[in-house]
Amino acid sequence: MSKPEGATYQKYLPRIDEESRGYWEALARHELYFQRCRDCGTKRFYPRAVCPVCLSSSTEWVRASGRGTVYTFTVTHQNQAPGYRDALPYVLAVVELAEGVRLMTNVVECAPDTVRVGMPVEIVFQDVTPEMTLPMFRPV
Amino acid sequence: MSIWSKTAVVGAWEHPTRFAPHMTPFQIHAESARGALADAGLTIRDVDGFFTSGVGPIGIMSLAQHLNLRPCYLDSQSIGGSSFVSHCLHAAAAIAGGLCTVALVTYGSTAASERFAIGTGGSFATEPPDHFEAPFGPTIVGSYALVAQRHMHEYGTTSEQLAQIAVTMRHHATLNPHAKYRDPITVEDVLASRMISSPLHLLDCCMISDGGGALVLTSAERARDLRRPPVLIRGGAEAVRHGEIGTRDLLDVASFQSGPLAFQRAAVRPADIDMCMVYDSYTITVLTTLEGLGFCARGEGGGFCADGRIALGGALPVNTDGGGLSSNHPGMRGIFLVIEATRQLRGEAGPAQVRDARLACVHGTGGMLGQRHSGVTLILGRT
Repeated sequence: MSKPEGATYQKYLPRIDEESRGYWEALARHELYFQRCRDCGTKRFYPRAVCPVCLSSSTEWVRASGRGTVYTFTVTHQNQAPGYRDALPYVLAVVELAEGVRLMTNVVECAPDTVRVGMPVEIVFQDVTPEMTLPMFRPV
Repeated sequence: MSIWSKTAVVGAWEHPTRFAPHMTPFQIHAESARGALADAGLTIRDVDGFFTSGVGPIGIMSLAQHLNLRPCYLDSQSIGGSSFVSHCLHAAAAIAGGLCTVALVTYGSTAASERFAIGTGGSFATEPPDHFEAPFGPTIVGSYALVAQRHMHEYGTTSEQLAQIAVTMRHHATLNPHAKYRDPITVEDVLASRMISSPLHLLDCCMISDGGGALVLTSAERARDLRRPPVLIRGGAEAVRHGEIGTRDLLDVASFQSGPLAFQRAAVRPADIDMCMVYDSYTITVLTTLEGLGFCARGEGGGFCADGRIALGGALPVNTDGGGLSSNHPGMRGIFLVIEATRQLRGEAGPAQVRDARLACVHGTGGMLGQRHSGVTLILGRT
């Protein structure tokens, strides 16, 4: 788990809005949730108020195990944006959670060149500011 | 009522500049409009439909002022670099539907002289999906690299096969006097170039140049009286792909939807196509696009692109101008796809001419392949 970087954090900070607040608040408690429609049962990520399958507004939050596998990844060697250029090389990845939904993330706590598609990973809750925790993953 | 083959590209002009620190983007738009209208044998007073993109959310009004246009039909469709291909599709519908009679599509950019880091700059998007992606640092290159890595995993596609695409585009550029990069390269050169976002090397990536171009479209009936051989809009379709609900198959790119629909509308098959223009933002874009268009099956793109088939002299010459990998790429390349296809179908492509080219397929990709992207396919044919 990383230390909060506070005011020095230069990377993109998500905007918490009314559709996503529950997701980000859970991450701050070091819990990962996705949504499931109470009417049609479809799981969805990222969080949104209306189920795009059946247009229901009736939604429940489902806690994820935090385990998954790398669906795809890239080792980023060039990014001029503040914050990211100081973190090169870093692994941008799409992880498929054990529950079946995919999310974009970083694979951390390993040498970038050891990451492979299909690699089992588990969640690392990165407290990037006192208010914001991001879901990242490390090899199991 | 079908709109297909009722409209035509009658004017096409590519700005020769590749680096223009002495010019503004609007100036490139204006010079390109002049070039395309002169090519068509029409004047700016004939224009009553205006199409552009890359000028900001409501910038089409400013550009209309710059050109002193009073169109009765405006369209600033903005879906990334494919926008200008989409403009042609929309112009065909508008002309066939009687909403305008002469459509002008313009593009201009000074991305290179402004030193705009298109592919490896930060994310500037702030819509809801971005908040679940941008924190992790996806560059544009990185987004396409995610697709490349997955393709390699599922189908054993290799870096050598991707590199061969860049080598082929460079070979075509050696025949184009305006191309920015004209020195031949080898697969080894591509693999030895520095890694930008694995598995994509520097030479797997399109360049950043300045440039622009313009197109003029009108009805097929009116086109018969104009000075250039008309290039008919035979069919077309567009599509969008995104992360869905966390379920997207990253190899199911937009051309899998727009391609078959465009072919169906044109009542032709991939085997009928004489040459193809594909947005080559990255080598992987060409490979996945050709799979989606149906020139080969999903997963077979690596072998298809690596055996000479997409080179001049092959069964399906692709990007005969050298593409964004070697000719020009001012940030949004779609217009050049239509311009080069038009040159080919008119028989004006010089040493890069595909013999007796009668039918061309154009496909523009816009946005970020591994996140959200658009695809627009056009089938163009000479009469």
